[in-house]
Amino acid sequence: MTSEPEVVGPVQERGEIFDVQRVGAYTQFTVVAPGVAAGFRPGQFVAVAVGGENSAMVLRRAFALSGATRGGAFAGTVQFVVAAHGPGTRWLVQRSAGEMLDLVGPLGNPFPLPSAPTRAVLVGGGYGSAPLLALASALLEGGSSVEFVLGAATAARLFGELAARRAVGSVTVLTEDGTAGERGRVTDALPGAIERVGAEVVYACGPMAMLRAVGEIASEAAITAQVAVEESMACGIGVCMTCVLPVRGTDGQSRFVRSCVDGPVFDAARVRWQDVGRLPADLVGAEAMSVPGQGRH
Amino acid sequence: MADMSTSLAWFRMPNPVLTASGCAAAGRELHQFFDVAQLGGVVTKSVMSRPRSGRATPRMAETPSGMLNSIGLQGPGIEAFIDNDLAWLAKQGARTVVSIAGGHTDEYVELTRRLRGNPAVYAIEVNISCPNVENRGQVFACDVVASSRVIGAVRRAADPAVPVLAKLSPDVTDITLIARACADAGADGFSLINTLLGMVIDTDTLAPALGGGTGGLSGPAIRPVAVRCVWQVKQAVPHLPILGMGGIRSGLDALQFILAGASAVSVGTAVFGDPSAPMRILAELEQALDERGFASVADAIGYAHRPPAERLVPAAAAPAAR
Repeated sequence: MTSEPEVVGPVQERGEIFDVQRVGAYTQFTVVAPGVAAGFRPGQFVAVAVGGENSAMVLRRAFALSGATRGGAFAGTVQFVVAAHGPGTRWLVQRSAGEMLDLVGPLGNPFPLPSAPTRAVLVGGGYGSAPLLALASALLEGGSSVEFVLGAATAARLFGELAARRAVGSVTVLTEDGTAGERGRVTDALPGAIERVGAEVVYACGPMAMLRAVGEIASEAAITAQVAVEESMACGIGVCMTCVLPVRGTDGQSRFVRSCVDGPVFDAARVRWQDVGRLPADLVGAEAMSVPGQGRH
Repeated sequence: MADMSTSLAWFRMPNPVLTASGCAAAGRELHQFFDVAQLGGVVTKSVMSRPRSGRATPRMAETPSGMLNSIGLQGPGIEAFIDNDLAWLAKQGARTVVSIAGGHTDEYVELTRRLRGNPAVYAIEVNISCPNVENRGQVFACDVVASSRVIGAVRRAADPAVPVLAKLSPDVTDITLIARACADAGADGFSLINTLLGMVIDTDTLAPALGGGTGGLSGPAIRPVAVRCVWQVKQAVPHLPILGMGGIRSGLDALQFILAGASAVSVGTAVFGDPSAPMRILAELEQALDERGFASVADAIGYAHRPPAERLVPAAAAPAAR
């Protein structure tokens, strides 16, 4: 039911910050980066250098792209959302319009889009909703119907509710502390949403535990869940091998695959969620990790 | 413009900037940012005889001016490497240095035999110093006898036309002892240095941050250690060339290694933060050599070892920028 859009390779470019906006607990950046914008598809991400030229923070920070504008008044800009939770992201949210950022993108595989109109539920946890807004536009353009389920721990950690309402009208909001929408988690509302619209696919982005639960609910409903993971990465371009996840391939064999270039979007049914952070014995090449005589000369 | 050509034993290259093993995969990803054939060479991620999953995650922790990794040599195995990666690199016209790693001497020999006669191989880097193996206490490069046994066996098994570089660990009491042993065993040069063994504790989980517990420290934080190792090995074994690496992120960093005695340099961790770093560093190095009046890279190799009277400093050179 899906077709892979053509993926354009990433570029590295220095771009001027066009706009910085505080949105609840988050900061939304709009950066002039025509090269990144040109290839953007929903689900892809951007890797941003932090700390300036001689920064002691040598690794980029990865953010899902929430949108890109290729034409019109804001030609060649990209948008992404940052949550400050460490020194790198704290440096980033202190930037102002007019300053320059070094970006690499667009990176990773986008959400696969249906080849024919379908009915989709989009599930965002926290600022995981950011890439889903651009996805919703693409789905609507293709004639699909879209319903949003957005959740967060608290109201300040919700993102994109207004934009989601503008885009699709049908939005369910949940917070764990009840400060906005219904009290609860996205997974409480998801089965009902799937049934109500007769969904054929779920798209999700958010914390790993949420993605795993979304995958299970979709599986019970016998539909596909395409989920964008947030794994910690060193490079974002596929060379460092730090961001791997255990994923079952089309050949039935499981491997550690890079969430940057083989993801970040995965079919949830292929990710071995229970084995994340472990080395399952049936993984391709796992037996080579404990060869008899290993380490002996 | 300085003559940038250089060589590691009889592996000649148009310029002295290469990638570093484990920091460039097999070149394909970086080729999106620059033409890998423009580099002095591509040093591929250490390959073993069989496909290998690598360690469980988390595999990475950022540290001050560096990072800790514990990948555990994830890779496709030599067969798939030759068919896919090496073939691709040859097609691009890249000069490939194949890094090999083994659990025992026989595995190194088997890997070397598989590479024999393959015209895509310009040199072999023998990784006897990866800290991310099960029995860290038995890393070959921490032991004189084990190092020389592996290097000797690889040298005998390798194509005579292909130089063999011994990649050494800084985690030893005296790196020159290991270097001399490798030289005696037939090494044609050295790769200095591999990562330093390190650990980060996650203060939220109250446990080591990496799945493997320990990991290899890389990045600018280790640069002074690497420059010191290059300096010491150049002094101890002056007739063998050195591929220098460890925290290089600018042309001036690269120049430090060359002045300390490296004939070429590998850019590693810098690539993660800046995928076009190798070409930028090459351009900066060329400018730095010109500014100091060096007519060639060759003239600058080991220059810092000269006694003060023989060290010509350009009149215009101000004290080092701080």
